[in-house]
Amino acid sequence: MRYVPTIGLEIHSQLATKTKIFCGCSTEFGSEPNTHSCPVCLGMPGVLPVLNRQAIELAMRMGLLTGGNIQRMSYFARKNYFYPDLPKGYQISMFELPLIRGGHLDLRTSTGEKTIRFNRIHLEEDAGKLIHIEGDTKSYFDVNRCGVPLIEIVTEPDFETTEEITLFLNTLKEMLIFSGVSLGNMEQGNIRVDANISIRPVGQKKLGTRTEIKNMNSFVNAAIAINAEIERQTDIVEQGGSIVQETLLFDAAHKTLAAMRSKEEAHDYRYFPEPDLVPVFVDDEWIGRVRSELPEMRDQMRRRFETVYQIPAYDAEILTTSPEIACYYEETIKAGADPKKASNWIMGEVLRVLNETQLPLGEFKIKPPMLAGLLSMVEKGTISGSMAKTVFDEMRATGKDPKAIVGEQGLTQISDKDALEKIAREVISSSPDEVAKYKAGKTQVLGFFVGQVMKATGGKANPGEVNAIIREILS
Amino acid sequence: MELFELRARELAKKIRTGEVSSVEATEAVLRRIEQLEPIINAYITVIADKALDRARSLDDKRARGEDTGPLGGVPMAIKDSIIVAGTRTTAGSHILENYIPPYNAHVIDKLLDAGAVFVGKSNTDEFTMGSTCETSYFGTARNPHNIDRVTGGSSGGSAAALAAHECIAALGSDTGGSIRQPASFCGVVGIKPTYGRVSRFGLIAYASSLDQIGPMTKSVEDSALVLSVIAGHDRRDSTSLDEPVPDYIAETDAGVKGLRVGLPREYFGEGLDPEVLKVTLEAVDILKSEGIEIVDISLPHTEYAVPTYYLLATAEASANLERYDGVRYGHRSGDAENLYEMYSKSRSEGFGIEVKRRIMLGTYCLSAGYYDAYYRKAQKVRRLIKEDFDHAFGTVDAILAPVCPTTAFPVGSKINDPLQMYLADIYTISLNLAGLPGITVPAGKARDGLPVGVQFMGRILDESTLFRIARVLERNVGYLNVEKGAV
Repeated sequence: MRYVPTIGLEIHSQLATKTKIFCGCSTEFGSEPNTHSCPVCLGMPGVLPVLNRQAIELAMRMGLLTGGNIQRMSYFARKNYFYPDLPKGYQISMFELPLIRGGHLDLRTSTGEKTIRFNRIHLEEDAGKLIHIEGDTKSYFDVNRCGVPLIEIVTEPDFETTEEITLFLNTLKEMLIFSGVSLGNMEQGNIRVDANISIRPVGQKKLGTRTEIKNMNSFVNAAIAINAEIERQTDIVEQGGSIVQETLLFDAAHKTLAAMRSKEEAHDYRYFPEPDLVPVFVDDEWIGRVRSELPEMRDQMRRRFETVYQIPAYDAEILTTSPEIACYYEETIKAGADPKKASNWIMGEVLRVLNETQLPLGEFKIKPPMLAGLLSMVEKGTISGSMAKTVFDEMRATGKDPKAIVGEQGLTQISDKDALEKIAREVISSSPDEVAKYKAGKTQVLGFFVGQVMKATGGKANPGEVNAIIREILS
Repeated sequence: MELFELRARELAKKIRTGEVSSVEATEAVLRRIEQLEPIINAYITVIADKALDRARSLDDKRARGEDTGPLGGVPMAIKDSIIVAGTRTTAGSHILENYIPPYNAHVIDKLLDAGAVFVGKSNTDEFTMGSTCETSYFGTARNPHNIDRVTGGSSGGSAAALAAHECIAALGSDTGGSIRQPASFCGVVGIKPTYGRVSRFGLIAYASSLDQIGPMTKSVEDSALVLSVIAGHDRRDSTSLDEPVPDYIAETDAGVKGLRVGLPREYFGEGLDPEVLKVTLEAVDILKSEGIEIVDISLPHTEYAVPTYYLLATAEASANLERYDGVRYGHRSGDAENLYEMYSKSRSEGFGIEVKRRIMLGTYCLSAGYYDAYYRKAQKVRRLIKEDFDHAFGTVDAILAPVCPTTAFPVGSKINDPLQMYLADIYTISLNLAGLPGITVPAGKARDGLPVGVQFMGRILDESTLFRIARVLERNVGYLNVEKGAV
């Protein structure tokens, strides 16, 4: 018998706010443990949460982009459970009335169009982080993540293949990043995926018993884990067994699934409306403003780059891999660079360096006006293309302005015809053999002369000029 | 008159004019505390040195000609459920016995700005759960009018400290009557402001949607003074109301002629002690003679208030008290083998019986399968109770009612009968469910010599009208002194 899997996803994504959802502590990643903490996110006695409105706006952006219905009234609830990473003993999360209901995302799969429907998008606070060190009998607790704002995107069980899932996750991630809703950094836990999976025989309407996989922190792992679970369920059913409703954890290191808890042990979270927060009221004016501030999505940006800057589709594709790169490109053009030349340099040099060094663009020392300055020097013939590479490396290392570097190192190209002619004559007169070869028709010897002139000028000669001068002398 | 017997406004004036110093007043109060605390137990923590340092610095400030604020130099007691930075704050619980918070409650910042001097943290039922101040881990507070009687709860420490003149003014908190009922039992003035009028930031939560901090004082005027200091919007409390604060003191003496006051018939039925009824009706006569029109009204859902309250308050409490898990602060059991044992033992050892009872009740009514039958239904009844008040305030400006069916009961008489104890809140609870303001003011003494207060309930944010009516009654009744030899 053939089986169809039915899969629904729950995606947690960290919102790109500067501060936490219920207090003013920083959300910055990678700081010393317990440096982003205050009585509020620590859940000290007597403190109260205050909602970060930016978190609501970012979630609204996602709702608008996916055609969801933004609820005029929503509220937070308490989700109660004991765990050492949860300071208050409850997580503040939206439950009965989420901020956004519905919405969808359209995919272009290898077999055709596919629409994934959204059930809801709601907000919640993250818990802290427990650190267990092997060989140590103590566990350590870092509160920096406590109260970091998350959205949870819950889809309907519309997925049937892992191709759809991978495509969906990549599209969603792109949307999250381009909309400015999330930084979308998987390594920093910005996006986490849970999946609900069941299988049923082809032709049967009723869904099978589902299991849930938690803890999938990369899209590749998500696909592997889900495929493994589909296989596991298929094996069980084919051998006449039945699926037990349970929660599974995916072990990324061993690529295996392990049971976390069964339905019988399932928590009773005892949700009830959070009395310390008033309901969230959203009016048309607020929605209108958020809509008007929606950033450009990647597709629009790609098309705009092609038409406005007249660059090839391939270039537009590469330059829009992230909003930061696209912005870098546009800033370079604004600073006066030629669109195609800027594209070549960014695709060639800038991205190469960023890839090699794994440096975030923000820390890259060559700012767009500096790159534009460099390109204009090439354009004007002040320096040669090969010199430009040297200057580029120097800029990248020191952050110095290209003009300053060229000045300091005396890299200005020699285009003075008389000076070049003088050197060329010297080179020619000291190489009678090569002159003879050239005169005999071996024109490739021209390269030898040009090389010699370049050598004599320490690479500063304008190669085009040199070429012309030598031809003239030898003719 | 001794310095410790003064009212806050009088004392602040004497200090401002240089007639007495804050240090003198604070010393007088501290001596009084030293003398009476072995009997009364109104305080959990006395901070004598800090108080004197503070008084000294305020005196210096005044000497330099600077304004020290409307409460400049006045010694106050703060209920131990309200956070004071650097001072042990226990909420009357073993689990927070050694908790020293690093931040101030909003009201504490406000009082400090107004020049108050804190002499100590007053006794409270554990996590403010109780109607007698007997569930405190730090022992029962005694009623200065008769030390065999309870002070009422949970702000019993503040009420007793005022009645015994162990402070000049105090703060309490009221979730189901916890300011008004002990004020009535001890013969002082206590107001529960409109929900959201005073920031809850820094109030150790019992039931968030009901809790409210309020002044407890020896006079109506002092109540208006302290409320004018602590009221107002606080961005750290989302439920705090962003409404202007009236000049309560000025409005207190605006008179009452022509006001309409309702008597809810449900509050005068079975169970009301005849002595309490007598004093209450005398208060009604006083109001009539002052030109107030008395109107018969009905609050038909009153009988559901107690069960509704105990479902909602305990549900919220069960969550609010989850943070006391021994992980980050407070008591941690020393002999746990694993994580869950650590939670279980820390909480078992740290919480008292009344707190455990309410956590269990709240957990039960929120749990799967019972939520709709209990929690959700209670929310619906809460709305009906609110609507009763809305309807009543269509015809009257305030409502007069008894505070408690009886005068202060004997220590130990109800502590083992929780349902009896819960019924002591029958006249105060509805107001918390509706979020409205209410004030208790002394109305006289019963034959047993114990104080009887009456309460006035008001429209949302209409504390001013309550002060006006309470002031008129106070002028007729006067301060209910503790009889000589009672303590």
